[in-house]
Amino acid sequence: MINAMIIDGKDNVAVVIEPVKKGDTVSYVDMDKKTVTFTAIEDVQIYHKIAIKDIPADEPVVKYGEHIGHAAREIKQGEHVHEHNVKAVRENLG
Amino acid sequence: MNFWGYKRPDGRVGVRNYVLILPASVCASDTTRIIASQVNGAVTFNNQNGCSQVPPDQQLTMDVEAGYAANPNVYGTVVVSLGCENCQMDLVVKAIQERTNKPLKQVIIQEEGGTLKAIDKAVRYAKEMVQEASMMRREECDMSKLIVGTECGGSDPTSGLAANPTIGELSDRLVDLGATSILSETTEFIGAEHILARRGKNEEVKKQILGIVHRYEDALRLVGEEVREGNPSPGNKAGGLTTLEEKSLGCIHKGGHRTIEAVYDYGKQIDTTGLVIMDTPGNDPSSVAGMVAGGCQVVVFSTGRGTPTGNPLVPVIKITGNKLTFKNMEDNIDYDASPVIYGKKTLGEQGDELLAMTMEVVNGKQSKAESLGYTEMAIARVCNYT
Repeated sequence: MINAMIIDGKDNVAVVIEPVKKGDTVSYVDMDKKTVTFTAIEDVQIYHKIAIKDIPADEPVVKYGEHIGHAAREIKQGEHVHEHNVKAVRENLG
Repeated sequence: MNFWGYKRPDGRVGVRNYVLILPASVCASDTTRIIASQVNGAVTFNNQNGCSQVPPDQQLTMDVEAGYAANPNVYGTVVVSLGCENCQMDLVVKAIQERTNKPLKQVIIQEEGGTLKAIDKAVRYAKEMVQEASMMRREECDMSKLIVGTECGGSDPTSGLAANPTIGELSDRLVDLGATSILSETTEFIGAEHILARRGKNEEVKKQILGIVHRYEDALRLVGEEVREGNPSPGNKAGGLTTLEEKSLGCIHKGGHRTIEAVYDYGKQIDTTGLVIMDTPGNDPSSVAGMVAGGCQVVVFSTGRGTPTGNPLVPVIKITGNKLTFKNMEDNIDYDASPVIYGKKTLGEQGDELLAMTMEVVNGKQSKAESLGYTEMAIARVCNYT
């Protein structure tokens, strides 16, 4: 059953569309209408973000195909992604 | 793709065919209401401004008055002023004539000798104009003549997930067809302005995008407010938004993915095709009014909580990503964008559907806000709505 969504093919986080419990299977539909599944490794509240792949420390967190911040530490697939593991970075475009 | 519209003598194309009874100031607003109620096909609005304003505020009012008269959905305009307001009849007429050569008549209440004489004269002008307008026929027109405004209001978490990205898909399609799409609401760019600026077509446009955001922040500092502080709000964070960039990206996604061709000040005439930005406040009726003054013929408006708002001159199409809101307010909301959240449709499929719906409305079908007669509007101010 679909319980998460991504907005852009470049995203490395999905948004859960119902509350997810640790150990639940998370499923979303990718841009080619293919269902992708992985396991939640912690609880995630409705409309919060979950990592769909491992994100190394200091690498961009990508939603809407854009950088919304950087990983404050390594984030594992299935982890809740929020203030505790993301730092806001004001990117300078010159 | 083409659309069916009314060709105007100034070269633009309307998708509606109204006669505007334009109040030059608050003091003429009740008079225009009475005039418009007498004439089938006439529209008006409640103008709170037009007098006792500081010059930059008065300029915003003048731009909306002139832009409304020039909006291609208007066949012709009867301007009604009291006589002693700051937005003097000759100034309003000059501002209108700088934008358009469409039919224009003037009535000054104090010079006519009061309410009844002014109404009598204005109703006769308007009656003649609606009869002339009724002879107009829609003709097939090129998409380069179509300007679509985008707006969001009463947002919730589904707005950024489904409704705004679907409008973004619509915007991309319109631009690819040669039309113009307007991204509005400067307040909502804050935090993502560098991402928007990256999409500007050249250095000047990039600088303008950053410039309107900084001007907005400066205007709010005049009254001691700091936008970036406390944003995202605790409520936003509880709802799952982590950074200001993320919050603003949800809003600016209405603008899709195309290059930003130009940036316009509030209410100024849009004179280019492709994706453009207009500097408007986050307040919905005043943001929509700025785009209508800029010449857009239709507005697509996303809402999470549900809102009935319309506009006197242009049809407003409502879309929500919240399936409960769609069910709850189906009388008000035209398009349900929630299926993408549940994997039932792709954003691309929804973009195609929304384009088809938008073109139906452009070609004459009434949107729900239009069919229910919603016409509220507001005009932006220097110490602006947020």
